[in-house]
Amino acid sequence: MRKPVEIPRPLVALHAVGRDFDVSKPWLNRMIEREARHLLTAVDDFSLEVRSGETLALVGESGCGKSTVARLIAGLYPPTRGRIEFDGRSQGASPSELWNAEVRRRMQMIFQDPYASLNPRWRVTDIIAEPLRAHGSLTRRADLRARVAELLSQVGLSPADGDRYPHEFSGGQRQRISIARALSSTPEFLMCDEPTSALDVSVQAQILNLMKGLQEQLQLTYLFISHNLAVVSQMATRVGVMYLGRLVELANAPTVFSSPRHPYTRMLLDAIPDLEMTGRPRTPVAGEVANPLAPPPGCAFHPRCPLANPRCRAERPQLTATAQGALVACHAVEEGRD
Amino acid sequence: MSAPLLDVRNLRVEFPTRRGTLVAVDDVSFTISSGEVLGVVGESGAGKSLTGMAIIGLLEPPGRIAAGQIVLEGGRIDDLSPDALRRIRGRRIGAIFQDPLTSLDPLYTIGRQITETILTHLPVTRRQARERAIGLLAEVGIPAPERRMDHYPHQFSGGMRQRIVIALALCAEPRLIIADEPTTALDVSTQAQIIKLLQRLSQQHGAAVLLITHDMGVIAETAHRVAVMYAGRLVEIGATRAVIQAPRHPYTAGLMRSIPRVGTRARLAQIDGAMPRLAAIPAGCAFHPRCPQRFEPCARARPSLFEVGDRRTACWLYGDAQTG
Repeated sequence: MRKPVEIPRPLVALHAVGRDFDVSKPWLNRMIEREARHLLTAVDDFSLEVRSGETLALVGESGCGKSTVARLIAGLYPPTRGRIEFDGRSQGASPSELWNAEVRRRMQMIFQDPYASLNPRWRVTDIIAEPLRAHGSLTRRADLRARVAELLSQVGLSPADGDRYPHEFSGGQRQRISIARALSSTPEFLMCDEPTSALDVSVQAQILNLMKGLQEQLQLTYLFISHNLAVVSQMATRVGVMYLGRLVELANAPTVFSSPRHPYTRMLLDAIPDLEMTGRPRTPVAGEVANPLAPPPGCAFHPRCPLANPRCRAERPQLTATAQGALVACHAVEEGRD
Repeated sequence: MSAPLLDVRNLRVEFPTRRGTLVAVDDVSFTISSGEVLGVVGESGAGKSLTGMAIIGLLEPPGRIAAGQIVLEGGRIDDLSPDALRRIRGRRIGAIFQDPLTSLDPLYTIGRQITETILTHLPVTRRQARERAIGLLAEVGIPAPERRMDHYPHQFSGGMRQRIVIALALCAEPRLIIADEPTTALDVSTQAQIIKLLQRLSQQHGAAVLLITHDMGVIAETAHRVAVMYAGRLVEIGATRAVIQAPRHPYTAGLMRSIPRVGTRARLAQIDGAMPRLAAIPAGCAFHPRCPQRFEPCARARPSLFEVGDRRTACWLYGDAQTG
C-alpha cells in the first residue's frame, strides 16, 4: 500500500501574495469627473508551495489570475503584498529585491502563442541561444552552436533546423522551439502558460508527451497553467483551482478529479464535454465570472453557487484541510452541507 | 425520404498562386437535413472553415469554387450573383463566427444592429423589428433584454456577446446556420451554455446547423452526424456516436486516441508528423505517410468514400483497390 513518503522540499513558495493593477482613468479625467482611483486586485492572499520535481497545475477561467501568478513568480512584476521565495531566496514588494541573474537562469517560461513568442526576424539558432548569451553561460560561437544542436534534437527537431526562420515551422514545431529556448539555460523550474491551447489535439499530444519526457530526463519542476482540465489531469501531480484571484481548492490531482469538493471545481469538471457519450446528466452551469473590479462580498463565488447561504454572502471562507488532505475554501464544505 | 436542406456535391475550392494551384477543399460532398446538426472536425488547415465560407459565398479572393455544386432547398446557390448571394446571407443562411467582437460593430448599440438586420430581411415595421429583437435577446438568454438593447458590444462579456451574435444569426429565421468555432474563444463553463443554446435553437426552429470545430468534445455534445476532414478531404462521415466510439479511418482513430481525458495519466497516443501543407499533399491517400496501417494501394491511388454499414470512410481498408 502507500508508504509514507517524504514531502519534497518546496522549490517555490508564495506567502500571502497579492497584486493590484491600477486601472484608473487618466489623472485629468479623474479630476474633472470626480472619480476615485480604481484598483483591480488580480491576485490576493495567495499562498502556495511548488515542490521540487512535481507538476503543479493552476486552473480557472480567463481572468482568474493564473497567468498573473506565473508572472509574479518570474519577477516580471513585483508583488503588491506578500513574499515569494525561490530555493531559499526571497522577493517582496521592493524593486531592489528582484531576482538576481542566477535565479532568473534557473526559472524559465513557455508561453501560449508560439506565433507571438518567437522573433520572426531571428534564425532559430539565435532564438535558442539568446538565454545562453544573456546569462553569459557560453560565449564561443562553436560552443553555442553545439549546445543549440543538442537542444534541438532534445525537443525532436533536427539540428539543421537551426538555420531556418520561425515562419517555416508549424505551430507544434514552434512550440518545440520555445521549449528548447526555455531549456537552454538549464533551468530547474518551468512555468508553462497554456502551452498547448493554441495547438491542434494531435499536436497537443506530441507536445504533452515531450514535456513529460523532458521532465523525467532533466528532473524539471513545472508550474502548469491551463483552462483545460483534461490536459491538467494528464500532466499534474497537484492541482490548484483559482477563482477571482484566490485559491479555492488545492489537492493532489487524483483527489481533485475523483472527489472535487469546492462547488466551483465541481462546476468546472461538470462543464467538460462528455466524449464517451454516456448521456451522463450534467447540471447546467449557471452565470459568469463576476467583474473583478467589483468582486462580490464574502465568498466571490456565491452568486453562482448552488450551496450559497447568508454566511457565504457575508464572510470570506479560508482554506481549510479536508479529510482527504485537500485544502478547500468553502463554508458549505466546512460545515458539511455539500 | 425528404430532400436534404443543404446538398454539397463534389465541392472543390482552389487558390491559384504563382507556384501553381493549391487545392484547399477537394471533392467534398455531404448533406444536412432540417433540424440536424452536422459537425465538421479537423485540424487547422484541413479545409473545414473554407468549406463553410464557400457555402455562404464569402471565400476571399483569389480563393474560388473550382468545381462542384451547393444546393440549398433544391436550388443551386454557388453560381448566384453577388447581389443574390447577399440576399441569401442573413435571410436563408445565418452565420456565427469564432470571435464575437469582430462580428459586432463597436459603434452601434446591439439593439440597432439587430433591428437593422431584421428590417433588411423581413417586411416588418421598425416597431415590430424592435419587439422581435427584444424577443430574440430573451430567447438567447440575455437578462433584462429591453434595457440591454441600448448597450454597446464592449459592455457585454464574451459569452453574452456570442449570444448576441447568435441572436443576429437568427434574425430572419434562416433555414441553415453555419457556426464556425462558436465556442472556441469562450471559457469552459460559458462554452457549455452556448452548446446547450445551439442545440435548443436547432430543435425549436428546425434549422439545419453546420457546426465547424476542432473540438471533438463539442461535437460529441451537439452533433447528430460528424464529418472528419484531413488535408482538404473528407475522410470519414457518419453518426457521431459511431464515429467517436468506433472510428474507422486510421486518422480519426489516431485523433480520438490523442485526446486527453480526465482521470487518465497514461502516455497519450500520438500521430507522428504533421498534416501536409497544401503545396505538398502526397499522392494517393493524403494520410498514408503517417498511417500505421498503410499497405500497397495507399500511395498509388486515392480512396473514395466507401460506404460500409453506418458510415462512409475514405480508406482502402474498407474498399476494393481493384474496382475503386
